[in-house]
Amino acid sequence: MSYTLSHLKYLEAESIQIIREVMAEFERPVMLYSIGKDSSVMIRLAQKAFYPGKIPFPLLHVDTTFKFKEMVSFRDQFCRDIGAKLLVHTNTKAIENNISPFSVGTQKCCAFLKTQALVDSLRQGQFDAAFGGARRDEEKSRAKERIFSFRDEKGQWDPKNQRPELWNLYNAKVNKGESIRVFPLSNWTELDVWQYIYRENIPIVPMYFAKMREMVVRDNMLIPLDGDIPLRPGEKPKEVMCRFRTLGCYPCTGAIRSTATTLPEIIQEMMTIRISERSTRIIDHDQEGSMETKKREGYF
Amino acid sequence: MNAPIPSFLEEDAGKTLLRFSTAGSVDDGKSTLIGRLLLDSKNIYEDHIASVRKASTHSDDQESLDLFLFTDGLKAEREQGITIDVAYRYFSTPHRKFIIADTPGHEQYTRNMATGASTANLSIVLIDARKGVLPQSKRHAFIASLLRVPHLIVAVNKMDLVGYDEAVFNRIRKEFSDFAARLSVPDLRFIPISALQGGNVVEQSDKMAWYKGESLLTMLENVHVAGDSNFIDFRFPVQWVNRPTMDFRGYSGTIASGVVRKGDEVMVLPSMRTSRVKSIVTWDGEVNEAFVPMAVTILLEDEIDISRGDMLIHKHNQPQVSRSFEAMVVWMDEAALDPEKFYYLKQAGRTTKAQVEKVHYRVDVNTLHRLPGMPLQMNEIGRLRFSVHQPLFFDAYAKNRSTGNFVLIDALTNRTVAAGMMIDREPQDKMATDVASLAKLLRSRLRPEKGVTAAERAARLGQKGVTVWITGRPGSCKSEVAYALERKLFEAGALPFVLSGGDIRAGLSIDLDYSNLDRLEHLRRVAELAGLLNRSGVLTIGAFISPTQEMRNLVREIIGPDRYVEIALDAPLDWCKQNDKSGIYAKAEKGEVRNVPGVDFPFEVSTTAASVIKIAETGVEQAVATILSLLRQKGIFPCQKH
Repeated sequence: MSYTLSHLKYLEAESIQIIREVMAEFERPVMLYSIGKDSSVMIRLAQKAFYPGKIPFPLLHVDTTFKFKEMVSFRDQFCRDIGAKLLVHTNTKAIENNISPFSVGTQKCCAFLKTQALVDSLRQGQFDAAFGGARRDEEKSRAKERIFSFRDEKGQWDPKNQRPELWNLYNAKVNKGESIRVFPLSNWTELDVWQYIYRENIPIVPMYFAKMREMVVRDNMLIPLDGDIPLRPGEKPKEVMCRFRTLGCYPCTGAIRSTATTLPEIIQEMMTIRISERSTRIIDHDQEGSMETKKREGYF
Repeated sequence: MNAPIPSFLEEDAGKTLLRFSTAGSVDDGKSTLIGRLLLDSKNIYEDHIASVRKASTHSDDQESLDLFLFTDGLKAEREQGITIDVAYRYFSTPHRKFIIADTPGHEQYTRNMATGASTANLSIVLIDARKGVLPQSKRHAFIASLLRVPHLIVAVNKMDLVGYDEAVFNRIRKEFSDFAARLSVPDLRFIPISALQGGNVVEQSDKMAWYKGESLLTMLENVHVAGDSNFIDFRFPVQWVNRPTMDFRGYSGTIASGVVRKGDEVMVLPSMRTSRVKSIVTWDGEVNEAFVPMAVTILLEDEIDISRGDMLIHKHNQPQVSRSFEAMVVWMDEAALDPEKFYYLKQAGRTTKAQVEKVHYRVDVNTLHRLPGMPLQMNEIGRLRFSVHQPLFFDAYAKNRSTGNFVLIDALTNRTVAAGMMIDREPQDKMATDVASLAKLLRSRLRPEKGVTAAERAARLGQKGVTVWITGRPGSCKSEVAYALERKLFEAGALPFVLSGGDIRAGLSIDLDYSNLDRLEHLRRVAELAGLLNRSGVLTIGAFISPTQEMRNLVREIIGPDRYVEIALDAPLDWCKQNDKSGIYAKAEKGEVRNVPGVDFPFEVSTTAASVIKIAETGVEQAVATILSLLRQKGIFPCQKH
């Protein structure tokens, strides 16, 4: 027997260690569930960490009400299948006040329906640790984020004041009201995630696979017709062979032209693709360093 | 789907992983090198290239993209033009996956370098070919060696700016190798590169045909790391007890080192109870064997009370179990170490209260010299002794990178303030005081005088063989008094001899510097020599600053209290500064020298001297007269001559 782990097995072992450490050190952990592929992988790792037991903490979905219908139905089915406890939180006050990307723009909408909703739900649930599926390769400001990332009582991140993190010794000490965001997938890349989904046969939302979809082509982006996207003059939806590389809210998530209908095809596409993952997310492009600004305020 | 793709996937999923850290300042071209590795191995997306092009000072020119912009992440840093924290980068080639811990090289970021090195299999130290080996290059290598990174690559960058000159490369290699001989680096390699032009980074450079080795990327792809883990000593810190149902009780954790098999006899620490491994459970099924760094759940045949922080081991291969230990520590917090305070110490799944008992020394990371104790400040490294409330199960970090490390957490602020690497119980380097007490023991076993006796020698020479030990600050006229005394004694018919610091340092103590420990060792040697001279009958005069009582006590012990006459020259610091002929105070003020007694090193005025002379008031001549009359009084010189 050769005592070598493949890179995926190594990453898996590292993530399991992180997830167990949280369970051992914190009183009320919760796992953020975004319904996306990274969340699916994170949940599989949590299942592995506690096997043969079930995941011993709840999953939390922050629902902006602008999620794709396919995502919501997948979410409910998936959580039933794995026997997980699902919490859904929506900033109902903001919805009542008609906050939407169309009314206040994408940045403000995100601040109310995602960031504030998240911070509120963590506080209401008195969660002292919250897992997120973010990866360091996603975006520049994430490259410096710790695996155990400290947040003050307002949920804010201070990039200048991060705790040193050495070996696999994570500092889990917090005062009441403060919390830790934990990123077990920190060292995974997008390609690792796809390979793992393929090898482990992990269920994902069908929107990741290519098919003919009704789309609006706007500024080089493919915008889906889910919900009531207002059309600009002259715009006409057309059938495009495409798939979603990341899943967010429908007004802010573009698709990519693709013919990848299976996991191996997606992986092959990943290996040759020349555009980064988050380029289909409208919010990241809003302003230079916008992810960092949002993270400072409490975004995941 | 056609068949070839899944097999291709199979191959890709079986890649190994290499984690490496890079250290170097912006000027060394570190960020440019990483940008080059990412760009040339086609791991940067087009939209990222576009945004870097937007920010580059030269737009529209593919060749002169500011490569470092790919890695300088946060907005604040981009404005300052520096990288201020550890950033992690990812790329892969058909052979391997890589995780880069990209750490800045400024002096104040020792802690970031240590962080990056803690998880690295390999470190790359970047050296600017034009500047050669700088203190910070040495610092990087020292930290990599302190954190026991097994492989070190020295990349001599900017070869294009020195005309790809082999001689420049060889000179740097020689200088760095000489330095690295003092470190523990099992695998040291050198490579000449040009990150900006791409030479020897991914492709071999035709401009450096004299270099016969691999390109940097090929080196990274081929370096063998599987053997670096410890597969010998089985250590399994229990991370979490898994009890989903009444009839399942498993111990979950990550194997810190070694291998465990189903059926193995294991011992539980701290209870020392033994049992056998019933099964090793994972989601993917039971396994017969598990090894570092797998995350598994172990079931035992017997019901034993085991909780988080306990450790499973093989009975005949046990770690150290102790409430006190020594460690090399990197201090990482703005608040200095406070020996009065207790800290939380987290190690191998245990968290316990800890207190620093002693700071043995600090290390000057630029010179590797040892500096005297004092609380550790941010980015300082030192050797400390700890005591902890609960026993820890550990191995020396040098033997086991997983069970020999810990972090310290401030109990009040909850910040991670330090990282430590544990050391074997027995101090490897004997200190001067230990050597002195060993010498005392050995001497006590010697038979008394065999040859001519001390009394016979004194009778022949008309003097007793003693040492007049003159102590005082720099600039307190010790040498003047010593030589004037020697002259007067000689003229009066005695046989005196002055031992001068300069003479001893030029030979006997040539390997020592001015740290606390080395000063002690230097004085130990001087005292041994003075003692031998005394036994030969010579009236020895020593003029040494010997700034602390500890040092003077050591000297008296070695020479023997009956042969030791201590003279303290006491003068105000300002007077000594004015009187200073060596210029040492001026140098200390400019920061050119450190550890100057009375300035940045303690000077304790003697409390045990046979005579304290206020030299500023008496002058040299009067001081000599005082010493002469003391020697007469004590019957040292003159004494009865036969």
